[in-house]
Amino acid sequence: MPKRTDIQSVLVIGSGPIVIGQAAEFDYSGTQACRVLKSEGLRVILVNSNPATIMTDPEIADATYVEPITPEFVEKIIAKERPDALLPTLGGQTALNTAISMHENGVLEKYGVELIGANVEAIHKGEDRDLFKGVVEAVNAKIGHGESARSVICHTMDEVLAGVDTLGGYPVVVRPSFTMGGAGSGFAHNEEELRRIAGQGLTLSPTTEVLLEESILGWKEYELELMRDKHDNVVVVCSIENFDPMGVHTGDSITVAPAMTLTDREYQILRDVGIAIIREVGVDTGGCNIQFAVNPEDGRVIVIEMNPRVSRSSALASKATGFPIAKIAARLAVGYTLDEVPNDITEKTPASFEPTLDYVVVKAPRFAFEKFPAADATLTTTMKSVGEAMAIGRNFTEALQKALRSLEKKGSQFDFVSPVGDKAELLAKAVVPTDGRINTVMAAIRAGATPEEVFEATKIDPWFVDQLFLIHEIAQELGAAEKLEPELLAEAKRHGFSDAQIAAIRGLREDVVREVRHALGVRPVYKTVDTCAAEFAAKTPYFYSAYDEESEVAPREKPAVIILGSGPNRIGQGIEFDYSCVHASFALSEAGYETVMVNCNPETVSTDYDTSDRLYFEPLTLEDVLEIVHAEQQAGPVAGVVVQLGGQTPLGLAQALKDNGVPIVGTSPEAIDLAEERGAFGRVLTEAGLPAPKYGTAFSFAEAQAIAAEIGYPVMVRPSYVLGGRGMEIVYDEPSLAGYLERHAGLISEHPVLIDRFLDDAIEIDVDALYDGHELYLGGVMEHIEEAGIHSGDSACALPPITLGGFDIKRLRASTEAIAKGVGVRGLINIQFAMAGDILYVLEANPRASRTVPFTSKATAVPLAKAAARISLGATIAELREEGMLPKNGDGGTLPLDAPISVKEAVMPWSRFRDIHGRGVDTVLGPEMRSTGEVMGIDSVFGTAYAKSQAGAYGALPTKGRAFVSVANRDKRSMIFPARELVAHGFELLATSGTAEVLKRNGINATVVRKQSEGEGPNGEKTIVQLIHDGQVDLIVNTPYGTGGRLDGYEIRTAAVARAVPCLTTVQALAAAVQGIEALTRGDVGVRSLQEHAEHLTAAREA
Amino acid sequence: MTTSIQGNGSQSKRGIPAVLVLEDGRSFRGRAYGAVGETFGEAVFSTGMTGYQETLTDPSYHRQVVVMTAPHVGNTGVNDEDPESARIWVSGYVVRDPARIPSNWRSRRSLDEELERQGVVGISGIDTRALTRHLRERGAMRVGIFSGEAIADEAAMLAKVQASPQMKGADLSAEVATKETYVVPAIGEKRFTVAAVDLGIKGMTPQRMAERGIEVHVLPATATVEDVYAVNPDGVFFSNGPGDPSTADHPVSVMRSVLERKTPLFGICFGNQILGRALGFGTYKLKYGHRGINQPVQDRTTGKVEVTAHNHGFAVDAPLDAATDTPYGRVEVSHVCLNDNVVEGLQLLDQPAFSVQYHPEAAAGPHDAAYLFDRFVSLMEGQRA
Repeated sequence: MPKRTDIQSVLVIGSGPIVIGQAAEFDYSGTQACRVLKSEGLRVILVNSNPATIMTDPEIADATYVEPITPEFVEKIIAKERPDALLPTLGGQTALNTAISMHENGVLEKYGVELIGANVEAIHKGEDRDLFKGVVEAVNAKIGHGESARSVICHTMDEVLAGVDTLGGYPVVVRPSFTMGGAGSGFAHNEEELRRIAGQGLTLSPTTEVLLEESILGWKEYELELMRDKHDNVVVVCSIENFDPMGVHTGDSITVAPAMTLTDREYQILRDVGIAIIREVGVDTGGCNIQFAVNPEDGRVIVIEMNPRVSRSSALASKATGFPIAKIAARLAVGYTLDEVPNDITEKTPASFEPTLDYVVVKAPRFAFEKFPAADATLTTTMKSVGEAMAIGRNFTEALQKALRSLEKKGSQFDFVSPVGDKAELLAKAVVPTDGRINTVMAAIRAGATPEEVFEATKIDPWFVDQLFLIHEIAQELGAAEKLEPELLAEAKRHGFSDAQIAAIRGLREDVVREVRHALGVRPVYKTVDTCAAEFAAKTPYFYSAYDEESEVAPREKPAVIILGSGPNRIGQGIEFDYSCVHASFALSEAGYETVMVNCNPETVSTDYDTSDRLYFEPLTLEDVLEIVHAEQQAGPVAGVVVQLGGQTPLGLAQALKDNGVPIVGTSPEAIDLAEERGAFGRVLTEAGLPAPKYGTAFSFAEAQAIAAEIGYPVMVRPSYVLGGRGMEIVYDEPSLAGYLERHAGLISEHPVLIDRFLDDAIEIDVDALYDGHELYLGGVMEHIEEAGIHSGDSACALPPITLGGFDIKRLRASTEAIAKGVGVRGLINIQFAMAGDILYVLEANPRASRTVPFTSKATAVPLAKAAARISLGATIAELREEGMLPKNGDGGTLPLDAPISVKEAVMPWSRFRDIHGRGVDTVLGPEMRSTGEVMGIDSVFGTAYAKSQAGAYGALPTKGRAFVSVANRDKRSMIFPARELVAHGFELLATSGTAEVLKRNGINATVVRKQSEGEGPNGEKTIVQLIHDGQVDLIVNTPYGTGGRLDGYEIRTAAVARAVPCLTTVQALAAAVQGIEALTRGDVGVRSLQEHAEHLTAAREA
Repeated sequence: MTTSIQGNGSQSKRGIPAVLVLEDGRSFRGRAYGAVGETFGEAVFSTGMTGYQETLTDPSYHRQVVVMTAPHVGNTGVNDEDPESARIWVSGYVVRDPARIPSNWRSRRSLDEELERQGVVGISGIDTRALTRHLRERGAMRVGIFSGEAIADEAAMLAKVQASPQMKGADLSAEVATKETYVVPAIGEKRFTVAAVDLGIKGMTPQRMAERGIEVHVLPATATVEDVYAVNPDGVFFSNGPGDPSTADHPVSVMRSVLERKTPLFGICFGNQILGRALGFGTYKLKYGHRGINQPVQDRTTGKVEVTAHNHGFAVDAPLDAATDTPYGRVEVSHVCLNDNVVEGLQLLDQPAFSVQYHPEAAAGPHDAAYLFDRFVSLMEGQRA
């Protein structure tokens, strides 16, 4: 039975900004879904506030709304577009929750919109803990298998405390209902922990509901990905086994596909239970994920939870098996059945089968605890990782070692050469799951731990433990061998050892090992991910390397361009870079090249086998890339390798690739180095006559002291060669400088410290531009809303700039051109400027695609990354203007006056992290980037665009109520006007005594409230923190006080995060917010699709 | 066909070389696994990721060398509950990465030990995917595995492989079936008696019937019509089994007698091919067969798709589009494999008989097709009413 004919248009809801627990995987699934629906001839309407996504590219949907994903805005879109149906299962928890609330408030009924791919009852049954328990009971009654952990549902703290007794005491697991990524859940070992975790959980849960559960810590953990169609055909797409046993969120676990340690009988029980659950829950069509715990002692199966939607695990399962769950879910939602959908990879067999793997897939999480030094790094049932790497090997050891090196983090690969540690100490450390526990386990093995001891400490399945011993034994053989015989070398490679690891063990250089290996003919072959273990011929070249006999890379005629992706998402290098890589692939494919993508991030669109002509799912290390280049050179001509789009990862490989004879296209490695190296870049600026803030490079405290004194405090200090402002701080005096050097001794042991003048009160400006050697195309000029000193990735910004005039743009253009020319850019360059007084300083230049490329591209309706890719391969800007890829005239610096204004806002992960005492971590912005994602607000005026960006990022700005204002002395002056505006809009102001005094002197009434440090008043007057917790404050303005009275601010800001009250930490943000509030109060905030904006812009450009 | 030399501990075997030689001359070099020695058979690949114990003990694999496409084999060791018969039947075993230790609460010993104990010669550490692709492109063929002292020069090994017997034309049921009749009692209240002709039956098949109140009399492959009716059956069952169905003249003639008497009849796998032949259809050898637990089969009576366990190298040649007239009334193809449209089930329209080519007893494999045993029960109920 083919497609339904009663649906002509579908609204798809995306997942919004990247946050922990909801990341790029939803761009992958959403993009697939939109493409499928469009190819079915449906009108696709999309809403997603995240501009750094492929799905929000104007070609992907028919009408793309970069608007906040809130019921209010989505209703406006529905009213305007009148879609027949709404598909809510591909945009994570955000989309699902939005759809449910619009069902519940009657909007869907009012406009006659049908929910497809999910029904509300099924969503509730799957997600509501109590109802789901009933589902599991019903399943057990039918098939005799599956049970829930013993548990109680609680809605108040009293119920929570009583619940522990019912379960027989601590420890207990706390799980809030309806939160994503397990937010707010955790283990409570005593009452204090329970009060904290459950208190937070009750707040986080939209239904004020938490579940307390018996502890099943240490059990084996499994996941199944299932799909069901309307004929009740059900398939299990993939089984996943967690290397880390129960107790660690699956997003934070190392996971393995397929399951490794189940007999068929046990696996079939999980399968039977899974199928019975999807039926009982009533998921009509689409995918779901079910998690199980299995008792290693007796096989007792507990069903942990299900997600009645596409999830992070389903993205992983799709990449792991070649079975595209989201794509097929979209087809099923519009009426097809599984047997009517062809398997893309074989093309001739149907999707109504279960993929079988002849390889092993390992996913490893990537964390960012170094960005949040105060946060507790223990892994729990709340997800904390910010990204992940996946690797494919012909066995577990190979896949594991590839995954670990894909993480691209110092110390992530097994180390066999550092001094052997103390066994007891290491085993004790391995008891607590943390980032890198697997390395601790390996260190314990090196220190003589037995398999039994490792199992005792970690409960990691003995089979996995043995695999670690196997790796260790090979390392020992490598170390003990007289010389590197080909058999031993091949054996080591078959178990995933990198050339670098072998080099370390043998005391050689990595390139020497590589030479020896090549001389001995030990090279990888490339196998195909084909869903069927070679039973049928694969049509899709989706490859992974293996040290096996036969390669499956086919010869080709067309010249290939190899695009290096950006690896696992991390703070500072996220989905934005994937966006640029995908665009390059599309543009170069259109230009007649065969595109070859290399990446190891399963969450992305770049690793969709549909994106490029060939996909290599491989680590982005020099060794792995060189082997791919070699394999592709054997297959046909290679035009070059693109390194400038994937962020720092490929950029870091550029020089070494070139040194190994690999053709790099676009900006040369030497030019890249020129911009990275401070001295050389300084000369470029001098030659161009451009001022840069005074700076110096120090190798010791004495040097740093002298430089800082000369420049004058405050200064900005940071280690050289880092991305995302890692370790960057503003230092106000000499003692702080000494403290900084002490704290960052580790970071700066290898590279010197850079000390810059800190431009207080400067306006920071970001520019993205294209340069072809002759002509500059100014892509866009972004004016930061926060002042200089906040990392550009964490700062909100506006495009076109809202306070810069034509003269400023002219200066920016001239400077940008001078730098692009001086550095030798062929493609994209991003430059950060600071305007202090009348001087335009150059802060830094990056000759590569920047984080803002997708934002700039969307705000100006020009595909910058595509253009950059073409320029890299020789096209000129003039040619691209001629082709229509770039506008005929003008550029991003000459936008028409009535061009829409776009505001980018960063989204911070504060609510994810707690310190070891369980308190929230501070939320102050600084020079080190800590945001995980971004949203875009677009409208015809700045105020509305800003209000939309806030609504998209954090929830709508309040238009009335109580605003609490407490600012640092230096901000007091600039606070007065916006504060007056707030009062004019009807806000009641609350302020601490100092701020209130200033306000009163300026004729603004403010109620004085007690600081947290003052404690509760004699008559029970509450402190500001208590007021926030009581929900009595609607807006918070709190700028940090330097170093002194920090604690108060800290308590205020963490309370704001816990209660989700909008909290502005700069005066500039307050000024913008006031404009936003004004716009909201005026009402009539409309929605407009990117296609409409582009049409308007194009018309204005040509006018 | 298997000759086994002495056993060694699994660790010390890591160094013992082994060679796999295909009849078309391609060879793979790896390490010994299981017993050391030489063995011959038909090379087939199985794509199941779980259930190696069930696969090894499935009598249908008699005289076949099974290549596991899943790289890790042996992880859960060997237990006493999961075998499908009393011994391992495969004549040789090919895996890429055998487990060094078993890990499972039911495990009693390692797979390596078990293979060695039962004298099954295997090979590990070869590019099993390359071998699978070769078999896919060239078709199932004869193969030899040689390890330790059995390794000779390539030409000599190839000659031995080429001299070994073919699967086509092999009559093997009697070699694997029970010699004596035995009874599997009904679980709970007994409702029916079934005579099951053992052509290589798997243990799970009578188990699935017993669960439904059927007392199963398992008869030798050589059983006559008289033997079948001596148990006074409510239904007759023909099992799976190894070999070429075109040689199975005796079971075909027994089946015809059962059809004549209109006793409810159910066949699985080899039993399906025998029903096909009894109805006048031919059988043919598939290029490389169906062996795995992920095969999509459509029940054409309901349109539903089930994910099923397969192990067959031969298939029935019957028209898919329309019912065919036979001496026993009309028959139609009830099930097809959606991957390649191979006939996966036959159903008589005018009398109570049906069969499937795949394995509803599913050991190993998914339980999607268990309803077929209920269908058999309804046929017997219908006959009684």
